[in-house]
Amino acid sequence: MKIIKNIFNLIKGYYKFILITALIYLLFQIFDGSIPIAPRLLTRYYMQIIMFALINIIMTVSLNLINGFTGQFSIGHAGFMCIGAYTSAYFTTILFKAANMAYFPQLALFIFSLIMGGLVAAFAGYLIGLPTLKLRGDYLAIVTLAFGEVIRSIVRSSDEIAAFLNQIGLVKFSETIAKISGPRGLSTIPNLSKFWLVYLITILSVIIMRNFIYSTHGRACLSIRENDVAAETMGIDTTRYKIIAFSLSAFFAGVGGGLFAHVLRFIHPNNFSFIKSIDYLIFLYAGGMGSITGSILAATGLTILPEFLRMINFQQWRMVIYPLLLIILMLRKPSGIFGNREFSFLIPKRKEVN
Amino acid sequence: MVLLELKDMCCYFGGLKAVEKFNTKIKKGELVGLIGPNGAGKTTVFNVITGIYPPTSGEIFFQEENIGGLPSHKITQKGIVRTFQNIRIFPTLTVLENIIIAYHFRTHYSILSGILRDDNYHQEEEEMSKKAMELLHLFDLHTYHMNPAGSLPYGEQRKLEIARALATEPNIILLDEPAAGMNPYETIKLMELIKRIKEKFGLTIFLIEHHMQFVMGICERIMVMDFGMQIAEGTPQEIQKNPKVIRAYLGE
Amino acid sequence: MTKKQISSSVNKKMLAYDKLPNWKKYAFISAITLFFLALYISFFGIQAFFQQLVNGIQLGSIYALIALGYTMIYGIIRLINFAHGDLFMFGAYISCFLGNYLMAHNFRYPFIVVLIFSMVVTALLGMAIEKIAYKPLRFKPRLAALITALGVSLFLENFFALSPQNVPFPLNKIVFGPKYILFPALIAEKTYNIGGIAINNIKILIVIITIILMIALQYIVKKTMIGKAMRAVAFNKDACLMMGINIDKVISITFGIGISLAAASGTLYALTYGQLQSPYLGIWPGLKAFIAAVLGGIGNIPGAMLGSYVMGVSETFATSINSNFGYGIAFVILIVVLVFKPAGLLGKFTKEKV
Ligand SMILES: Nc1ncnc2c1ncn2[C@@H]1O[C@H](COP(=O)(O)OP(=O)(O)O)[C@@H](O)[C@H]1O
Ligand SMILES: [Mg+2]
Repeated sequence: MKIIKNIFNLIKGYYKFILITALIYLLFQIFDGSIPIAPRLLTRYYMQIIMFALINIIMTVSLNLINGFTGQFSIGHAGFMCIGAYTSAYFTTILFKAANMAYFPQLALFIFSLIMGGLVAAFAGYLIGLPTLKLRGDYLAIVTLAFGEVIRSIVRSSDEIAAFLNQIGLVKFSETIAKISGPRGLSTIPNLSKFWLVYLITILSVIIMRNFIYSTHGRACLSIRENDVAAETMGIDTTRYKIIAFSLSAFFAGVGGGLFAHVLRFIHPNNFSFIKSIDYLIFLYAGGMGSITGSILAATGLTILPEFLRMINFQQWRMVIYPLLLIILMLRKPSGIFGNREFSFLIPKRKEVN
Repeated sequence: MVLLELKDMCCYFGGLKAVEKFNTKIKKGELVGLIGPNGAGKTTVFNVITGIYPPTSGEIFFQEENIGGLPSHKITQKGIVRTFQNIRIFPTLTVLENIIIAYHFRTHYSILSGILRDDNYHQEEEEMSKKAMELLHLFDLHTYHMNPAGSLPYGEQRKLEIARALATEPNIILLDEPAAGMNPYETIKLMELIKRIKEKFGLTIFLIEHHMQFVMGICERIMVMDFGMQIAEGTPQEIQKNPKVIRAYLGE
Repeated sequence: MTKKQISSSVNKKMLAYDKLPNWKKYAFISAITLFFLALYISFFGIQAFFQQLVNGIQLGSIYALIALGYTMIYGIIRLINFAHGDLFMFGAYISCFLGNYLMAHNFRYPFIVVLIFSMVVTALLGMAIEKIAYKPLRFKPRLAALITALGVSLFLENFFALSPQNVPFPLNKIVFGPKYILFPALIAEKTYNIGGIAINNIKILIVIITIILMIALQYIVKKTMIGKAMRAVAFNKDACLMMGINIDKVISITFGIGISLAAASGTLYALTYGQLQSPYLGIWPGLKAFIAAVLGGIGNIPGAMLGSYVMGVSETFATSINSNFGYGIAFVILIVVLVFKPAGLLGKFTKEKV
């Protein structure tokens, strides 16, 4: 009963938010031909790009949690994504064959695998955060970067790891690991990331992160960003909150990775290199640190922009124009498009007091 | 009753003895001043008491408990809070949020409650806002409550920092040059405010100040430091006459 | 162990290490290194060991030249110049073009001319980038400059990778194209066999040139007026302004020097491998060199050298065992070092003044 009441409470505060997201969903349904009242503008290919945009929203908002809201500087976000992608694909593709399942068990398995992906990523975030969050600014950044690359090379060595396990007698385990087939990429991942599901999970993730930020725990993180010495003297265990923010962020990056794997249906360690982490940094800073609105719009815009440039036959130039726009943006507006402002429907209502 | 006791407290930075064998006892309800020339080590004394730097040696007792070497936030939670010489408010957060953050360690609702925004969340958040607004009224800062703290005039930022410190509901508050950068009018107002909050909350206050009129005007007891050493201690009248103090300030 | 125990024990280890005198630190590091090297010898034999050592020193030299520039620039404006690896690439291409031209005209000493020309031209490009993209952001949030650096990096890579036939007239003379090109044999390769270890004249030359450049750099930084000004600006910009030091000029020169070293490294790199894969070739050497700089203690010139050789040698050894291992080792070493020594091998951990 309590849970139902909580869910009701959850919805009560968001009618505007729900209205807007439902409307957007409806528009997509209309234009991709699911509701046949308008010409089908969005082909499968475009819908896939839109799903990538949604996943990038999760990734960017979660990166914002560390970089924008907690004021730490992490640049290895793709590493957590990699963990999530491989963990969830492990469940749906290797351990169980989701492709041969009925609809509901399949859906349940997928959601379970996403959560597992998130949890494993969060645990990795916790492990790496524990000793390194004491490092200052750029050092933390470089450790997170290194961490992402280590994860990638571990996955790439799956064959060697399998061979080693085989040698020491863990044959069963070795066989499963061999199926990850790191250097060749993991294919035949079932097509489980349906548009509605990606859309729903994106919204849920954004709401959860936003609610976290607007709670006392989130404010503790904000105070670290604003002035960590003062935050300590206000009784806030800054190390603890850095780790919380880091793990939460890693969790959502893991979920994003799981969704990503099941949209692309083929994952390779190179999908999650340093270069991918840099993409998310760019989305984040272009949108504005400390602004969820900015993250959402920049992730969407900058995912679609290169595709758009491709569409108008700027194929060759798109990766030249994109960084140029970024440089100009930073020179003109160093705090990003949105700075730290938000759309009002993204700010939860609080009772006015005087 | 002795609230805070420092026993041979030292703090070295490499070869620099920033604080050397500092000893004192501060009783509940006292208003004690710490003065000394620039670089004497006053701020470092505060930094060590509040756990920003661990003491190189020596002991710090608060309510008969050795708190030396505890992390800052633990010390605040035990009831010692401070302000900073160079203001350290949370500049892009609102004035109200600045205060509410100080209540953080007294909140009970979990992260999950915060994410689900359940009754606990709403109840505690509302309580915090209410308390924070009351405090802002006391400091005459309520008109700014939705402004970013960094946009406040300098003097108001200092006041906000003191208000924020009070919000942690401390037993003792350490003020590091609270009147720095204020004009004479503001300084007088601040003196009155400090006296008022001391009465109202039954506080113990330990403050560093350069402004002699200010220190002599409100402190019951004054300590003087020079080159990391404690060179004198006494009532304002005694300090004013102390030849060592005069020498420290005027040179040989 | 609880979280607190772990972090406090880690803390204690950091402190214990910090308190050691310098020579003991070196001894400690050497002991660990020797242990691993002995392990290697016992598995692969002494001959393989020396061969890898020679290769490692060569790679380390290439990293060192890049890392020095990174560290100098970081030291002076606290900016991770992500474009450094791309300027390394630019330097390599410039020497390739000039080298081809000189070889076609039977020039007597092509190598030294090519090296100097490439250093000068690349330095000019680097200084121009500093003027246009970084200088306006000097007093803005540091992260804005960092994102700009990422933008510059992406721009350089993607711009020079455009195919000449797709680009309008004046630009098609500038771009390099995405395909690999051969690097001219500016120096006839001669291989000497010393006790079964293959050493060629190029390897020797690379090490000699690196040493010469490092000595020159040390001389400039320690002995000349401009070097003193650099150190002063790195230490305190405000004070320099009051002392009438022209900060802009000093920063510009620092960029020039740092980037010319990257260009030299690019030339040596190209000479070693005899080909240029694509304009993206700077990404990974740049990243590794940056990590080497952090490993040594960023902002610290001897640290950058030490870090680079540690990285180069360990990478070649690890690669000779397994290529994935070789890729990951740099990052693993970095994480381990930073966990125990948060400011890098030779860096000093300074606590923020409150
Ligand atoms: N973190 C630190 N590292 C090194 N030296 C410090 C540090 N903090 C303070 N000092 C030095 O300790 C001495 C005392 O400083 P401080 O306590 O700030 O003096 P005061 O507050 O009395 O003006 C000064 O010489 C100062 O430079
Ligand atoms: Mg002081």
